[in-house]
Amino acid sequence: MAHRASAARTATITLVGWLAGFVVFFPILWMVLTSFKTELDAFSMPPKFLLFKWTTENYAVVQERSNYLAHVWNSIAIAFGSVLVSMLIAIPAAWAMAFAPTERTRGTLLWMLSTKMMPPVGVLVPIYLIYRDLGLLDTRVGLIALLCLGDLPIVIWMLYTYFKEIPMGILEASRMDGIGPVREVVFVLAPMALPGIASTILLNVILAWNEAFWTLNLTTSKAAPLTAFIASYSSPEGLFWAKLSAASTLAIAPILVLGWLSQRQLVRGLTFGAVK
Amino acid sequence: MATQQSRALGRILVAPSVALLFLWMIVPLGMTIYFSTLRYQLLNPGTERFIGVENYTYFLTDPAFIKSLSNTLTLVGSVLAITVVTGVLLALLLDQAFVGRSVVRLMVIAPFFVMPTVSALVWKNLLMHPVSGVFAWVARSLGFTPIDWFARLPMLSVILIVSWQWLPFATLILLTALQSLDTDQKEAAEMDGTGPLPFFFYIVLAHLARPITVVILIQTIFLLSVFAEIFVTTGGGPGLATTNLAFLIYGQALLQYDVGGASAGGIVAVVLANIVAIFLVRLIGKNLDR
Repeated sequence: MAHRASAARTATITLVGWLAGFVVFFPILWMVLTSFKTELDAFSMPPKFLLFKWTTENYAVVQERSNYLAHVWNSIAIAFGSVLVSMLIAIPAAWAMAFAPTERTRGTLLWMLSTKMMPPVGVLVPIYLIYRDLGLLDTRVGLIALLCLGDLPIVIWMLYTYFKEIPMGILEASRMDGIGPVREVVFVLAPMALPGIASTILLNVILAWNEAFWTLNLTTSKAAPLTAFIASYSSPEGLFWAKLSAASTLAIAPILVLGWLSQRQLVRGLTFGAVK
Repeated sequence: MATQQSRALGRILVAPSVALLFLWMIVPLGMTIYFSTLRYQLLNPGTERFIGVENYTYFLTDPAFIKSLSNTLTLVGSVLAITVVTGVLLALLLDQAFVGRSVVRLMVIAPFFVMPTVSALVWKNLLMHPVSGVFAWVARSLGFTPIDWFARLPMLSVILIVSWQWLPFATLILLTALQSLDTDQKEAAEMDGTGPLPFFFYIVLAHLARPITVVILIQTIFLLSVFAEIFVTTGGGPGLATTNLAFLIYGQALLQYDVGGASAGGIVAVVLANIVAIFLVRLIGKNLDR
């Protein structure tokens, strides 16, 4: 009896769970389906769910019409470039704060985090003017520099929390064995730090890929990443939702996969260790 | 603990980050403050002159400012309410064992990874379109008249889109927190015969108080700066219906080329964000002490 009741309960929860998941996921699912429709089917009423003529022509047209791959490259260069540069600056800092903390470390960390709380619109005007005067508007370098600074606080925080977890005992043991500082870093610390470094890169690439304030305001065409390119679909000329869907599907697919892989780090990275 | 030498090394290693972040904070912010005291039109270069606080009085008494401030608060408040309440429910659901739970979890967190311009345009054109959108079809099938979302309920439309984007974040954090709820505590409550409702309010919600605070803090900081979703859907309209503070300042700077006015607005936005940040950091501090 109790067994049957709990089976019924599991069945109900399974049903409700899948229903909730379907509802939340539906916009993405619908976008992917629409990307394989003809423009006529994409507009049809009642909507065609699966019984339509599947086509991949939208994907071909997206590339032909707009040099889509150039924008993909911009996204890759900007997301990875900004994260890698900020890693180079952040790793030594996080390292020092985790392994040789002073009485000022806590304050420094909190101050760094506070720079992230400044709304970007508060500095839009000067950044725009500086970039205009330096010829950095609509350049990848300009965006990489800017996003790198924006990433820096989160990157340092994440690295700090990861480095903090490296057991000091192992370090002391290897020092007792007379290991030199270079070998200490290469053979003892690096292997333990790499997973944290990889997670930090992953999460920040995702954030930089989707950044849509500076990319929209500081690029027009040449350096426009996918966020800005997709925005150009907002002024409709005729029916092209299937193409919008195809371009969007391609733009989010790689990052969605990365995001799914990094779901554990997401919580940790975005709450600065406040929730584990 | 740290030796003299390692302290010096530490300082050298931390210095580049501190210096860069300091410059990043102080230079543009200083320039914004400076510009905010000037009459400075981008289209009339060379005519800049000092006008004191005139930009501020102009900006703060502009009806558009009051409207955009109330829009900002409506947007932030509504999205927080929707995502926290729905997030708690979804987290409770995903905390149960059921068939295919890990797949459902992936489905639920997916929207977080969709870039804002994509989610906004997909919602606007594929779901909320009054003629061919899925919502219109659902409404018609149920015998209602389809709603022209962005014309009739523009603010609600933006709120729905932004809530969809942030729901995964709230859910995932609350779920992580729920999973750390002590099984002993659960069992003890069960043995005491605690009913489901008291159990939810006194044990689950009490346990979630801190993660909920964290969700509110972090989301507020991002939600105060919502921009792309408005940029690609309504352009702040119709009228000023969906113009939030970020969008108002953007328009003043890059559409009307009023550098002075936009800078004053920017400073107002920074001050507001800081009030929220201080308030929430305190809240979190109290929560931490408990």
